[in-house]
Amino acid sequence: MIGYLIRRVLGAIPLLLGILTIIFFIIHVAPGDPTARFMNPNVSPRVIEQMRHNLGLDQPLHIQYVKWLWSFIRGDFGYSFGLQQPIGQILPGILWNTLQLTLVALVMIFVVGMLVGIVQAVRQYSLADNVLSFVALFFYSMPSFWFALMLILLFSLKANQLLAMHPSWGWLGWFQFPASGMTSVGYEYLGFGGKVADRFKHIFLPAVALGIGNAAGVARYMRGSMLEVIHQDFIRTARAKGLSERAVIFKHALRNALIPIITLLGLYLPFLLSGAVLVETIFGWPGMGRAIVDAILQRDYPMVMATSFVIAAMVVLGNLLSDVLYAVVDPRIRTE
Amino acid sequence: MPATVTPEQLPPEPITQPAVPVPAGIPGRRPATQTEVLLSAVPGLGHLVRGEWVPGMLLLFGWGFTLSLAFLTRAKIGAVFTARRLPIDALVAVATLAVTALLLWAWAFRDLAVKSRRQKRLHGDSQWSIAARHFRKNRLAIAGLAVMLLLYLVTLVTPLIAPFDPAEQGNIILSRYLAPSLEHLMGTDKFGRDIFSRVLYGARISLSIGFIAVGISITLGTLIGAFAGYFGGIVDGILMRFTDMMLSFPRLVLLIVVIALFEPSIYIVVIVLGLTGWMGTARLVRGEVLSLREREFVQAARALGMGDWRIIFRHVIPNTMAPVIVSATLGIGQTILTEASLSFLGLGVQPPTPSWGNMVSDGRDALVNAWWIATFPGLAIVVTVVAFNLLGDGLRDALDPRLRT
Repeated sequence: MIGYLIRRVLGAIPLLLGILTIIFFIIHVAPGDPTARFMNPNVSPRVIEQMRHNLGLDQPLHIQYVKWLWSFIRGDFGYSFGLQQPIGQILPGILWNTLQLTLVALVMIFVVGMLVGIVQAVRQYSLADNVLSFVALFFYSMPSFWFALMLILLFSLKANQLLAMHPSWGWLGWFQFPASGMTSVGYEYLGFGGKVADRFKHIFLPAVALGIGNAAGVARYMRGSMLEVIHQDFIRTARAKGLSERAVIFKHALRNALIPIITLLGLYLPFLLSGAVLVETIFGWPGMGRAIVDAILQRDYPMVMATSFVIAAMVVLGNLLSDVLYAVVDPRIRTE
Repeated sequence: MPATVTPEQLPPEPITQPAVPVPAGIPGRRPATQTEVLLSAVPGLGHLVRGEWVPGMLLLFGWGFTLSLAFLTRAKIGAVFTARRLPIDALVAVATLAVTALLLWAWAFRDLAVKSRRQKRLHGDSQWSIAARHFRKNRLAIAGLAVMLLLYLVTLVTPLIAPFDPAEQGNIILSRYLAPSLEHLMGTDKFGRDIFSRVLYGARISLSIGFIAVGISITLGTLIGAFAGYFGGIVDGILMRFTDMMLSFPRLVLLIVVIALFEPSIYIVVIVLGLTGWMGTARLVRGEVLSLREREFVQAARALGMGDWRIIFRHVIPNTMAPVIVSATLGIGQTILTEASLSFLGLGVQPPTPSWGNMVSDGRDALVNAWWIATFPGLAIVVTVVAFNLLGDGLRDALDPRLRT
């Protein structure tokens, strides 16, 4: 197993380098320049020239590439042009923000998706199954940015309006969430419990917007995998032994049906990161998705490279994770 | 002791039934009478007289709808032929109307006069006719197909049915942010433009981008997958490593990287969507080709001295088409979603041109007091993508023998 892991990680290195090399050349060849935003009639061309020189942009492309590669290998991501800070210092914070969002979304995806899938499989072809199938398809086909806007409209803006009109409706507070940002105004003065609650309120809508489509996908997989297991002989044996239906479903069937679902865990990571670009933009969440879009638009080359690296590394890790989990959960799978 | 076997001991004769029943003509159909055929001058009437309610009503409504559309828009249709410069857009719309009406008519006649007289077929069923039979049983998939056809039809006749010009700005004080009403079915936006008309025109953009981009990615994916699978060895190694590399990067981020660097325009969006969507198809086709390569018919083709190219294009690729069609159908839905996301971020179709994505983006600023601006284009996306997903699922169930029930 250890050998397998090492081989996989080593195999991922040329993959990552390949991606980063392609991105490096695409962004450098494309028109536009990080100094473009300083250009105005009051700044003399000589100053711009000096800036380009300071940033090392006047050197030939292959020299820039080798320089970037060398510092990258030593673990130095460089200095963000846009934020004027070393990337090594700001990246962990941004990454952690996105991870919070992604992890909450991931938990939501699997809990909701699995529950719906189990219900559907146990009551196959019932009314509930058909309705849930259609609802799942509906959410699966929904653009996440539109769903995010609709969530804001209902649970933030309209809820606020209603609350303002009917101050006595205290219960409405449960359905009212902030529309953007990570923290409320008085966040610093809250106690620990208050901070957690505040963060949860801020994370809820983005996580739902991010996760609902994938939850529908998980539900579909779960239904299929559960149905496959339910029709196998050992389930009939378990029923014949006189076990309660609950024990049959949750102890015997579910465990086996989970095997293919677990691999999804790693595979959803890239989807979530893609989705995070839109959801973070809408909810004003300072994470990777927004960072990479801003970096690209500002031609902040070191930042683009660093965020691309993190995203690609997370995708590779996700794939690895799903393969490893698969081998761990199912002893029939061999890694050799 | 001689082993005598009495008839009772024999296992019962297995009831041999063909796996798929061969249709015996068209069951329960008597040939149409002369009057019924004559009644079909109004499509559907002949069917109704025979008591075939469903096709009869569908034909009647379809025909009536087409005719009344032509009648209601007669002013616009007339303008098409008197205009000094020939408006291609509107001409296509008129032609579509005419062709639809004629097709409905022809189908009604054919269904009654020809099909009912046709003899039972003697030859076997092809893979496609079996699939078609399974597909027809799946009501949801048929609904998806119907919605899809309707959407493409609407994109063709848009200039006739759109009540306003999508770029026409109304009176900035009187007609901006109007709530949905009978005049403006989906309300107006901040420039007083009619949302309903813009949604209709947006359908053209979204559907054609989806169609063309998926066309590009399917072609590319099939070729790459077929070459990798057929030639194997180093070709396979290089092509598949490249595929893995493209796959290990979130598509939306890749798209943003590429598009943000050029001037965003419809053409760039289509091309880039096409060039970043082929990986799934390539893997799918490669898997199929790996097993097809060893089949007898391919070896026979090789033994006959056919070249590799001919084998690939004539024998291998046609046999991989079933899963490719499914993935293309599902892919169009996904591509429409992706295009909408890009336009929402301002990297796709650029503002004066209406696209569902940038319309939702417009509505974002006025979410509280004009919810309709963002809501309706989004609903249009959902309906379209649901239709493509239903159709794709139905095709998958029909085309994959393991999934047929």
